[in-house]
Amino acid sequence: MISFSQVRKSYRGGHEALAELSFAIDSGELVFITGRSGAGKSTLLKLIPAIERPTSGTVLVNGQNIGSMRRAAIPYLRRNLGLIFQDQKLLYDRSVFDNVMLPLAFTGHAYKDAARRARAALDKVGLLAREKANPVTLSGGEQQRLCIARAVVNRPSILLADEPTASLDSTSAAEVVEMFRSFNQVGVTVLIATHDEGLVQRLNPRVLALKQGRLES
Amino acid sequence: MSNWLRQHWQTLVLTLRRLGRSPGATLLNVMVIGIALALPLGGYMLLQNLGAVAHRVAGTPQVSLFLARDADKADIAALEARLKRLPGVRGLRFISREQALQDLKQSENFADVLSALQTNPLPDAFVLETAGGAAELEQLEPQLKALPKVAHVQLDSAWVKRLESLLQLGRTAVLILAALLACGLVAVTFNTIRLQILTQKDEIEVSKLIGATDAFIRRPFFHLGLIQGTLGGLAALAIVYLCTLILNRSIGELAQLYGSDFRLSFFGPGDCLALLAFAAILGWLGAYMSVSRHLSGIEPR
Ligand SMILES: Nc1ncnc2c1ncn2[C@@H]1O[C@H](COP(=O)(O)OP(=O)(O)O)[C@@H](O)[C@H]1O
Ligand SMILES: [Mg+2]
Repeated sequence: MISFSQVRKSYRGGHEALAELSFAIDSGELVFITGRSGAGKSTLLKLIPAIERPTSGTVLVNGQNIGSMRRAAIPYLRRNLGLIFQDQKLLYDRSVFDNVMLPLAFTGHAYKDAARRARAALDKVGLLAREKANPVTLSGGEQQRLCIARAVVNRPSILLADEPTASLDSTSAAEVVEMFRSFNQVGVTVLIATHDEGLVQRLNPRVLALKQGRLES
Repeated sequence: MSNWLRQHWQTLVLTLRRLGRSPGATLLNVMVIGIALALPLGGYMLLQNLGAVAHRVAGTPQVSLFLARDADKADIAALEARLKRLPGVRGLRFISREQALQDLKQSENFADVLSALQTNPLPDAFVLETAGGAAELEQLEPQLKALPKVAHVQLDSAWVKRLESLLQLGRTAVLILAALLACGLVAVTFNTIRLQILTQKDEIEVSKLIGATDAFIRRPFFHLGLIQGTLGGLAALAIVYLCTLILNRSIGELAQLYGSDFRLSFFGPGDCLALLAFAAILGWLGAYMSVSRHLSGIEPR
């Protein structure tokens, strides 16, 4: 489903964020990507939706080669992915509900159908009661759950989350992780990048440990 | 197809709602575009009206034949007979030099000058009206010149021609003005769209990240350019129409003094639609240029 082989990524300026990275993730897996800050976790995740392109090596997602993908094909790749960003990227000029509606605006859903899906997603993350609120008024944990709702509203087969628990207290963090587990249990492939070792130890999942852009093992 | 229509409809509703959210800025933009378009539009309308007047006047072209000083009564009678036999002659009027002098003395401007003269400097004249247009009169000119005792032939269509070329000059000037202000309109739209892209930077970035196509992201800005251009066109029409109403009040009084029922006439529906289409296309063009220039700069990281 996702495979990296000999992937190297250098940013402009010559800094090498990932080096000789090879691994494969099967459909339905739950994988944690760990490592200290600057190890290359975010870079790894950004290669999958073609936010960044590999400098060399091959990244395959659902059989598509990210390195050679045409620009025009990228939106359709991204619709199959649910992205949860490190900086959240919520829109504060609209309601919780409208934030979740955003991914449905360009997939051709009729409004009623889209609204039904958006409410189902909000219900899954326990925010249905807050649908009219502005995201600014939500707590940190609620904002993170809103990000999850926006990511899953299109029913993606792969969910990518970058430091989803970074700014959360331990209870909220546990809630959020539990949510990822439940999506994984219904067949969604889930990749979570985190520097929180404690979180990983409790769950005992498959771990890709990064150190200075390379796999540690 | 229905999906395509629905997306456009949703975009249209969204765009209108956005415009409605900042009515002040929208109104200002529309006014700027409206005034910019109203200038050449008003000029064009005035020229059209003047052109119509020129044509009405030119519809009954006249020739004045000034006779030689030594022409006597017999010569005049002979000439009159020959002129009447010319093909296409509709009216013939003889104005004696005495009558011409009398007529001239009526006008205050000349009275002093004329009374200072010892002798009457004016010649006898015939005024000839033909059924044909100015072109046919011109063909007749050499024939008239060759007639005995005719000293000078004055085609009254000459001033119409001069007016015509003046009008042509005016039209060119209006065209240049229109071209310049059209560029201005494109620039105004360019800037509006640039600001709109800036205020929606976050939304554009997130949309790109979650799978919006470039076409989808561009669409609302094209709508915005089109709508703003069209509204500006409407404003221009309204401005020119109002000016026509106001001017016609004064023109009505003036024309009455001259025994004329002349009024400025406004554009027909065809011209109005053409202008709206033109304004819409300019708005779209400004949006297109702005989107091409500014949207690619927003690349999520
Ligand atoms: N856009 C960028 N331009 C240049 N260098 C970058 C960029 N993004 C990340 N880096 C560098 O690449 C390395 C890996 O960064 P990142 O993938 O964000 O690590 P992590 O998410 O594990 O903290 C870091 O040294 C970082 O400074
Ligand atoms: Mg990171």
